Amino acid sequence: MSEHALPTQTTPHIDALALEREIAQLIVKGLNLPMQPEEIDPEAALYGEGLGLDSIDILEIALIVSKQYGIQLRADNQENARIFTSLRNFAQYVAEQRIK
Amino acid sequence: MSALPLFAHDRPAAVIAYRRGRPISAAQFLHDVRALVARLPAGTHVLNFCDDRYCFAVGLAASLVSGKVSILPSTHTPEVIRHLRAFAPDVFCLTDDPQCPIELPQLLLMESAVALNGNSPAPGRFQVPQIDGGQLAAYVFTSGSSGAPVPHAKTWGRLVRCVRAEMTRLAPIDPAGCAILGTVPAQHMYGFESTVLLPLQSGAALCAERPFFPADIPAALRALPRPRVLISTPVHLRALLTAEQALPALELIVSATAMLPANLAREVESRYGATLLEIYGSTETGQMASRRTALEDQWWLWPGVRLTVSNGHCSAHGGHVERPIALADVLEPTGDEHFVLHGRTADLVNIAGKRSSLAYLNHQLNAIPGVIDGAFFVRDDSQASLAGVTRLAALVVAPKLDAASIIQALRARIDAVFLPRPLLLVEQLPRNATGKLPQHTLLALTAQAAVQQPHLFA
Repeated sequence: MSEHALPTQTTPHIDALALEREIAQLIVKGLNLPMQPEEIDPEAALYGEGLGLDSIDILEIALIVSKQYGIQLRADNQENARIFTSLRNFAQYVAEQRIK
Repeated sequence: MSALPLFAHDRPAAVIAYRRGRPISAAQFLHDVRALVARLPAGTHVLNFCDDRYCFAVGLAASLVSGKVSILPSTHTPEVIRHLRAFAPDVFCLTDDPQCPIELPQLLLMESAVALNGNSPAPGRFQVPQIDGGQLAAYVFTSGSSGAPVPHAKTWGRLVRCVRAEMTRLAPIDPAGCAILGTVPAQHMYGFESTVLLPLQSGAALCAERPFFPADIPAALRALPRPRVLISTPVHLRALLTAEQALPALELIVSATAMLPANLAREVESRYGATLLEIYGSTETGQMASRRTALEDQWWLWPGVRLTVSNGHCSAHGGHVERPIALADVLEPTGDEHFVLHGRTADLVNIAGKRSSLAYLNHQLNAIPGVIDGAFFVRDDSQASLAGVTRLAALVVAPKLDAASIIQALRARIDAVFLPRPLLLVEQLPRNATGKLPQHTLLALTAQAAVQQPHLFA
């Protein structure tokens, strides 16, 4: 992964809700989910109950955020429990970690 | 039957495992096994649910030494656990997860409680336990069409002969002294054989971690000394390439669970500079053939295994396959030791190494109160980033239910990888005169729904 990271302050500021919507769109399209992006409850869990994603879906999401935002998800990240709690937390993590 | 050693490591200080890059000696392993043996309850059936591969190996070894049988289902839904309780009423769950959701009596094996001394040989005489080859070591399961998992008994002798055959096919790599990292769980037949039994029987070191995300794999490999072996699947290999992950030097990559496309195999070999070996097997037979997919179409049967075709059905026998076993796939023998694989039998679905049958899934779907009729079918997700990954869809007649509540009910019955994408509610299924549902009719109905309800499709 090339790291052409821009200094954070010059990265265009994206409103948190817009990013949440953008990620919802990427997930629904990338995973063929039987719903509209805006139907995802931003507070519901991504795994198991809630959105009901499985491990292949999470791997797909890892590829999507790697390609789109330059983020490498890691299984031993202590924050994973929080990150996958909801679309909102996931979007917040993306906002913090994105390098593109 | 003659006794076979629990492991091949012949010195107390020989490295039998790595956890977070720290070596664990064979003597320490024996110490941990003895400590667990003393804690095991009376029941003879052990559902080994440990996620940490070292804990799993300690649990397996303690079970073998105590004459207990490991129960290894590929999924752990409440429905499967209910069947396992009926199959073996004394079954208990050995787990390394303090929040383990399995509804069985539990014995917690904390990751922190084993291998505390890591490097230093633990006290006690170093004597590798010998296990009778005829001892029942494990039950592995396939999904039956009636809804109950079907058990397949594995003796210790059969398991050991299978991985010793595997060792001969890894040449020129000698697994002894290698560090073996797996992206597959130890409970899956392929993971059980190649990431647990293979290291134990070849004198290699297993790796406690199971890397999952593409970036986890290089990190886990870097924590291991060379020579290194990666045991993986087409899904993980595709994800590595898609994420453009670089890997540290490794000697061998092994793939199984689903057909590996030849172009993917060539790309992996050229990108990572390692030989890629693909293994063919089934829960019933264990691993039984391999090929260098980048270079050859034909599969090479493992020593002693032979194929017989009668009435269009192929069965395997010989070598570690003690009795003839009918194969669910379409194989064409091309010589005594070789065959071409033409594909999987239509009813079987194999997603991420988890195998089920449409008959089983349909049974579970139709058992949901309120479902009048329903059918799963395979759709082609060739547009997904993990192209080639099979996904399922389902048509359901259930006037009083919505799709979300049906999915919710399915989740308690079947593994999440088999949940339908999408689940379409219809007024009736397009059954033909014999009550069958032709695949082309299902696909046509789905295409029609895709036009009417485009948001259900990407």
